[in-house]
Amino acid sequence: MQDTPDIADRHDAVCVIGAGASGLATVKNLREQGFSVDCYERETSVGGAWNWRHDRSPVYASMHLVSSRPLTEFPDFPMPDDWPDYPHHTRLLTYLERYADHFGLRDSIWFGTEVVAVTPAGDGRWEVTTRSTGGGAERVQRYAAVVAANGHNWAPKPLSVDTSGFRGKVMHASAFKDPAQLRGRRVLVVGGGNSGCDIAVEAAQQAETVWHSTRRGYWYAPKYLFGRPLDQMLLHWRLPQWLYERVLRLAVGDLTRFGLPAPDHRPYESHPVVNSQLAYYLGHGRITAVGDVARMEGSTVELADGRRIDPDLVVTATGYLPHFGFLAPELLDMDEDGRPDLHLHTFARKHPTLAVVGLVQSDAGLFPLAHWQSVAVARWLRLRLTDPDRAAAVQQKESSRPLRSWTRLKVVPSSRHWFEVGHLSYLRAVQGLLDEMEPAR
Amino acid sequence: MSPRVLRTEDWTAPVPPVKREVLSALPHPDDGRPPLLFVPGLGHAAWSFREHWLGHAATRGFPAYAISPRERGTLRAYVHDVVQAAAGLPRQTVLIGHGFGALVVAHALARYPARAAVLSAPLLNGWAAVGAALRANPAGALPGLLGRPVRLSGPQLGLADTARVAGVPARLCRELIMAPDPGEPVGAPPTLVLGSPDDRVVTRRALDAAAARYGGAPLLFPGMGHDLMLAPGWEEPIDAVLDWLLKELPS
Ligand SMILES: Cc1cc2nc3c(=O)[nH]c(=O)nc-3n(C[C@H](O)[C@H](O)[C@H](O)COP(=O)(O)OP(=O)(O)OC[C@H]3O[C@@H](n4cnc5c(N)ncnc54)[C@H](O)[C@@H]3O)c2cc1C
Ligand SMILES: NC(=O)c1ccc[n+]([C@@H]2O[C@H](COP(=O)([O-])OP(=O)(O)OC[C@H]3O[C@@H](n4cnc5c(N)ncnc54)[C@H](OP(=O)(O)O)[C@@H]3O)[C@@H](O)[C@H]2O)c1
Repeated sequence: MQDTPDIADRHDAVCVIGAGASGLATVKNLREQGFSVDCYERETSVGGAWNWRHDRSPVYASMHLVSSRPLTEFPDFPMPDDWPDYPHHTRLLTYLERYADHFGLRDSIWFGTEVVAVTPAGDGRWEVTTRSTGGGAERVQRYAAVVAANGHNWAPKPLSVDTSGFRGKVMHASAFKDPAQLRGRRVLVVGGGNSGCDIAVEAAQQAETVWHSTRRGYWYAPKYLFGRPLDQMLLHWRLPQWLYERVLRLAVGDLTRFGLPAPDHRPYESHPVVNSQLAYYLGHGRITAVGDVARMEGSTVELADGRRIDPDLVVTATGYLPHFGFLAPELLDMDEDGRPDLHLHTFARKHPTLAVVGLVQSDAGLFPLAHWQSVAVARWLRLRLTDPDRAAAVQQKESSRPLRSWTRLKVVPSSRHWFEVGHLSYLRAVQGLLDEMEPAR
Repeated sequence: MSPRVLRTEDWTAPVPPVKREVLSALPHPDDGRPPLLFVPGLGHAAWSFREHWLGHAATRGFPAYAISPRERGTLRAYVHDVVQAAAGLPRQTVLIGHGFGALVVAHALARYPARAAVLSAPLLNGWAAVGAALRANPAGALPGLLGRPVRLSGPQLGLADTARVAGVPARLCRELIMAPDPGEPVGAPPTLVLGSPDDRVVTRRALDAAAARYGGAPLLFPGMGHDLMLAPGWEEPIDAVLDWLLKELPS
């Protein structure tokens, strides 16, 4: 590395980090606002998490969407309407590739290039250090703004128990790709999120024995309610909490009969788990529900209630941690666990030219949220240039937007819910911001 | 006006899919020009563009497509079909709507960031269209008031032969009158309005109003009737559109 590398000034251009769904939408929407854009992607192709060819992709062979198509597609580039309600993950990759081609986005993307550092250059501008993933020298370029769309499903959350003395195989869900990995084995799946439930169901069809460990009870919602995709029905009805609870009790029934703990929270208070097959396989005895894991030693796993089981494969579907290795924590107001504190989960509070797109989790699909976030970012950056006074007024006004209007405050006390939002209330807040930025007529 | 973010109807009651008829004429070789998607007006279908305009656009290097309206469609369903067809093409698409098709395009523009848009003899104002139809062809238009199909006549369209032009269900005429504002286009595409001062379906005033809304003056082709793509002299308007595109969209 050079001590003082030449810094190329990219003037008004904006740097986008990542070419997954969020990065692609950001590139498109920035270009629509007239910005020139350099997007850096460490992999050699677009698609991010949905590109299962990438080693790091968290996607597994059997994966289908949990959010239905109309609530997952980009609002200005619909998926083909003859696709099923819940398309297979390979279709999502096709869709993102077509999006990139349709809007000619690849011209703006530097593949095989990792962003290693983003530092303030003073006057609101940024110095971005990149390195080719094939090795080689680092390069520093200066940008007017930076948008991180680096995804948040890359850094596996470690299990809290020590696994070093365990003789079986332990792998995180992100390393699970293919049903063959489960075939004929005695599998313990840890975690009751969508990954954990999907993998437990997969194991029920492949493995010899399956235990599913959850440390609390959840509301397991079916993929269909009255013949229509769950998320569509919920948005259609907008059921109050008590009524949704009734509906779930009727439609899904009492799962404690199968040994699952009763939920320790009410519906809407945790990220939705949408899986119609878990209860089915519990009822067929193919999955045994167990509690939290206390110890793993030799060939035994000891559970919190003292029971012992003897899996030879443990899949930890414990979720992921956000990771922004290229940014100093204070730039995003991160807490000690690395979770940024951003306005609308998007705008850095002290740096008006720094934003993050895609760092939210909702009760429906991510792409619409990422799209509107990036539209808001692009219009915000444009407004700062064309009308700084109005931009200042908008910033002032936004700072008084109540947190509860866009973020879900009542959630089960688990660290993974810090960025949980409701599809409608969140988008309503983004609409509010877009309206404020509109020039008065 | 900022774009509409909350689209509950699209999320909770998606338009049911149908098999769409899309005709095309493609250039050889394809030099990467943006595709054109033609959207026909009332009583017409993709055939009305296949007569002349599709092939002509292709010989000038543009991949050209025309979509037929679905059976028993509504404005919402037509808009859905146009956005689906456009998003299904390999590159960002130019939407070209004629008559009622221009209204469909105006709505589609609020959904899909078109590369550019052309509104040909646009039927954007339902009441103005009803007035013009009653003046130009009362015998054809009056049944509409009784809920029967409306017929378009040769003189009205500027055609000698109207055998292929279908009757227009009164339901659609009502939709034309009741149509909500299309909203602001997303992606701010350059937009061209064209028509004929002698059109007896879209009045000169309606044409000026449409052009004013999209920020310009209409491009005029005197002496032609409503059906610019079928009437004698059809080359002139399509050439003007393609010239405009070449100027607006330098490759
Ligand atoms: C198993 C699983 C199932 C899911 N199912 C659904 C679903 O049904 N519906 C739904 O809406 N969402 C679902 N999601 C959420 C999913 O994460 C989003 O749909 C979407 O893929 C997120 O896109 P993104 O662009 O924000 O992030 P990613 O897809 O993670 O893309 C980030 C990109 O940034 C690149 N990158 C990261 N750091 C750097 C760097 N320093 N330099 C250069 N490039 C970098 C990465 O290589 C990657 O390509 C699921 C997630 C998982 C894990
Ligand atoms: N088919 C699909 O489309 C699909 C599939 C998989 C994932 N996804 C999406 O991908 C994202 C990530 O999902 P995910 O399921 O991988 O992760 P997740 O939603 O974060 O769930 C993690 C699960 O593991 C538990 N857990 C976490 N740490 C633990 C620990 N140390 N010990 C024991 N249990 C622990 C959590 O319990 P707590 O409740 O106590 O936190 C939770 O049940 C979500 O947005 C999800 O919707 C979608």
